[in-house]
Formats: sequence, structure tokens, C-alpha cells
Amino acid sequence: MNISTPLNEAAVRKLKVGDAVEITGVVFTGRDAVHKYLAKGGELPAGVSLTGGIIYHCGPVVIKDDAGNWKVTAAGPTTSIREEPYQGDIIKKFGVRAVIGKGGMADRTLAACREAGAVYLHAIGGAAQVLAEHITKVRNVYFLEKFGSPEAIWELDVVNFPAVVTMDANGNSLHTEVFERSQAELAKRL
Amino acid sequence: MNTWQDSIVELIRRTSAEIPDDVQRAILAALEREKKGTIAASAMKIIEHNIALAKQKSQPICQDTGSVLFYVDCPAGFDQIAFTEAARAAVKAATQKGYLRQNSVDSLTGKNDGTNLGPGAPTLHFHQHKDAGVTVRLMLKGGGCENVGAQYSLPDEGIKADRDLAGCRKAILDAVLQAQGKGCGPGVLGVCIGGDRATGYEFSKTQLLRRLDDRNPVQELDKLEQDILNTANELGIGPMGFGGKTTLLGVKITTANRVPASYFVSISYMCWAYRRQGARFDATGKILDWLY
Ligand code: SF4
Repeated sequence: MNISTPLNEAAVRKLKVGDAVEITGVVFTGRDAVHKYLAKGGELPAGVSLTGGIIYHCGPVVIKDDAGNWKVTAAGPTTSIREEPYQGDIIKKFGVRAVIGKGGMADRTLAACREAGAVYLHAIGGAAQVLAEHITKVRNVYFLEKFGSPEAIWELDVVNFPAVVTMDANGNSLHTEVFERSQAELAKRL
Repeated sequence: MNTWQDSIVELIRRTSAEIPDDVQRAILAALEREKKGTIAASAMKIIEHNIALAKQKSQPICQDTGSVLFYVDCPAGFDQIAFTEAARAAVKAATQKGYLRQNSVDSLTGKNDGTNLGPGAPTLHFHQHKDAGVTVRLMLKGGGCENVGAQYSLPDEGIKADRDLAGCRKAILDAVLQAQGKGCGPGVLGVCIGGDRATGYEFSKTQLLRRLDDRNPVQELDKLEQDILNTANELGIGPMGFGGKTTLLGVKITTANRVPASYFVSISYMCWAYRRQGARFDATGKILDWLY
């Protein structure tokens, strides 16, 4: 299923746990420093709007080519659960419609997804090379000086970026489902 | 030591960009096993594609190029100090070339000086052997999978594990359950039963130097390895924890003697981006052949 930014609430609410999606449009990277900053009242840099937007938990490897243009050479997801204390508030405050990461998130984020109409999209952990191929352009970078390259906000064009809905806007989490099912299967085998 | 340095840079490049054949085969088998059209199958497809792309571009398979762990078997009289210097210079050079990410942080100040050098970085383990040649193995151990490693002290009431092989089985399977897909599964377990806490973890890591297709010469351990592998793959955790048939690609178990008062089960988890390679070297540091 193809989705593109900006995402609207109705489309996001239709996404279900287990749906494979391909994302086209703009995503903003953000990890620990950005989440802490925004959750503690920090303002988005001028020119950045997350309304209907996507945050990608990723610290990309970005180089400047000979012509002086930024190029992403590796861009896999980083573990999302570290942002659990902040993510729910950020989704609600800035109108974020999707978060991409790996490993899934917990109850507060799931509740915020349900309340505000947002989803968690799981990318393939470790697939740095494949995912970098789906990033076609670096549009801009913010907070590069303030937070350093991996922690900066990179505004990226993506085309058919693959991910799986693992937490939807209806309160379902694939992570919870798989955990409970595997726990029950294990109990039968002990 | 320049030949040594160049050879080790090549060892690092190859380890970071090319998955060993035995792991590649296990990943292809897993892809075959997953039901077509499922998200588990598409995850395995992306993983397979990523492995091919990294090799073709000579770029890191995963951007987390991990803790850099060297295991060196060398004869008596081998200059370990000179080797250590060459290895450190090679790590720095490999980082400049982009085979390693700037991935090493001072734990006190939080600073990353971009060299990948510091206390314990890289880590070198030397073992003396009777052979005249030198064998160097390298493992790049990612952080996400290291974080889901676990050490159990038996008896463990929480999981009803006693001090016997059945208890070890419960502990290892509990670690698989807790890890879910968070260590970028399908993964491989290295396990040590016994030892003190440090030795237990060390031995569990060196189990990851074994080839995936070997068999444990100790019959009870071989049985336990196969049992854990099969049972884990029946749990339905699957690639990335998406659900599916392949939760683990392999299980390797060893033992270390313990004092009567302790009974540890130490589990190291290796992600699908299983980066280990090794080579035999001549006395000047030239690579003779590859191990995996
Ligand atoms: S666990 Fe392995 S594959 Fe996943 S991000 Fe870490 S190093 Fe990469």
C-alpha cells in the first residue's frame, strides 16, 4: 500500500497493524536530542512543520559530495523505545501522523496514536543500504551545529520507503500481539 | 608492521561489508521458509537485498558497525604489543575509509572523537597456540542485539528454572521471548552455562565464532542447541518480531566450570547482520586464506 505525505487523519486511521506500506514524500529524522528538546518546550526550527508529517528515528550517515550536495549513504532505523517518554506528547502537540523506527513503542505512544490519529511504522532494522536507496534527496538540515550530525533534523525526500504498520490508530500493537502469542506458545513447550 | 596494518584494514572491510557464507546460506533458507506474501517474507527479502548491496558497494551492511572485537591465535614469541598497535592504526584507518562508523563514545564525558579508539576499543583477545602461523578473527558486535543479551542466575524463581539442563533451557528460551525482534532478528544465540559472570559472557561471545553449520561435539549440548533452535522457531516471533517462522538462525552453547555457589547462564544475541570474519596470516602479516 502506498502512502504519501502530508498524511491526513482519515487515511491514517484506516491503516491496520500488519499492513506493509511504501512511503513517498518528506520525512524528518529525529532521535534522542530532538525528542528531549521538543518535549521540554523547544520550538521547531523556522521552516519545519510536522503537521501531517512523519518523524523517522534515524541517525543517518550523510556525506557531502564533490559538488557540495548532501548525500545519505546509510539510513537504518534506530531503537524507538528510548523516545517513549516524549513521543506521545510530540505526536499530539505537533500533529505528527506517523513515526518510523524499530523495535516498537509502548502504551503512552499507543494511546497518543489512538487519540490523535497516528501510526507507528516499523522499518527493517540494519537494512542501512537498502533504506538509503529509497532516500532520493536531502532537502535541508536543521540543528546541525546544536546537536551534531546523527542527532540533527534531516529533511529527506523518500520514494517507496518500505515499512510495516506495527501500531495503529485503533489501539492495536503487533508487538503486544506477537509477545502474547509467543508467550503462550512457549508455555506449551516448557 | 605496515603489512599487518593493511591486512587488518582489509579484514575490517570484509567483515563490515560482506556477510560470511554460512550466515548467507542460513538467511536464504529462512527466506525460503517464510510464507510468500507475508511481512516476514518481505522483511527477509529486504535483508537479503541489503546484504547484496553492501557487498557490491563495499559499504557497511548495517550502520551500527558495533564493538570491534579481535581474537588472535599466535605462536610463542609473537609480538603482541606491535600487533596491538597495528590493529589500532587499522581501526582508525578503516573508520576514515567509512568501513566503520564513528561509533565509540567516552563513557565518562560522552565525547566521540571519531577514531573508534579508547579503553576497550578495540578489544583484543590473545591466545597462544602451537602452530607457527597467526590466525585473526574479527567480530563487529552491534549495540541493538547486545542490549537484548541476558544473564540468568539459577535457580530463578520467576521462570521456575532449577540448576539443571532443563533450567538452562528455560532461561535461554526466556531470553528469546524477552528479546522478541528487538535485536534485529532472526538472530543467533551464543550461550555459556557456568563460569563467573565475566567468563560466562566472554565464552558466550566466542561461541559466535563457530560456523553456523557446525555441530556441537558434546552430545547433550548438541541436543540442547537443536532443541532451542526448533522450539524458538515454533514461537512465531519471526523476522523483526513481525511474526513468522524464523526467530533464530542458530544456537551455539558451551560450558565453563563454576564454583558450587554460582550457576550462571549467559546469553549473547547476534543480529542477522552477523559480521564475523577471520584469516590466517604469514609471519609478515600477509593474508594467506580466509576462514569463513
Ligand atoms: S542489532 Fe544489528 S542489525 Fe540491528 S541495528 Fe544493531 S547492528 Fe544493525
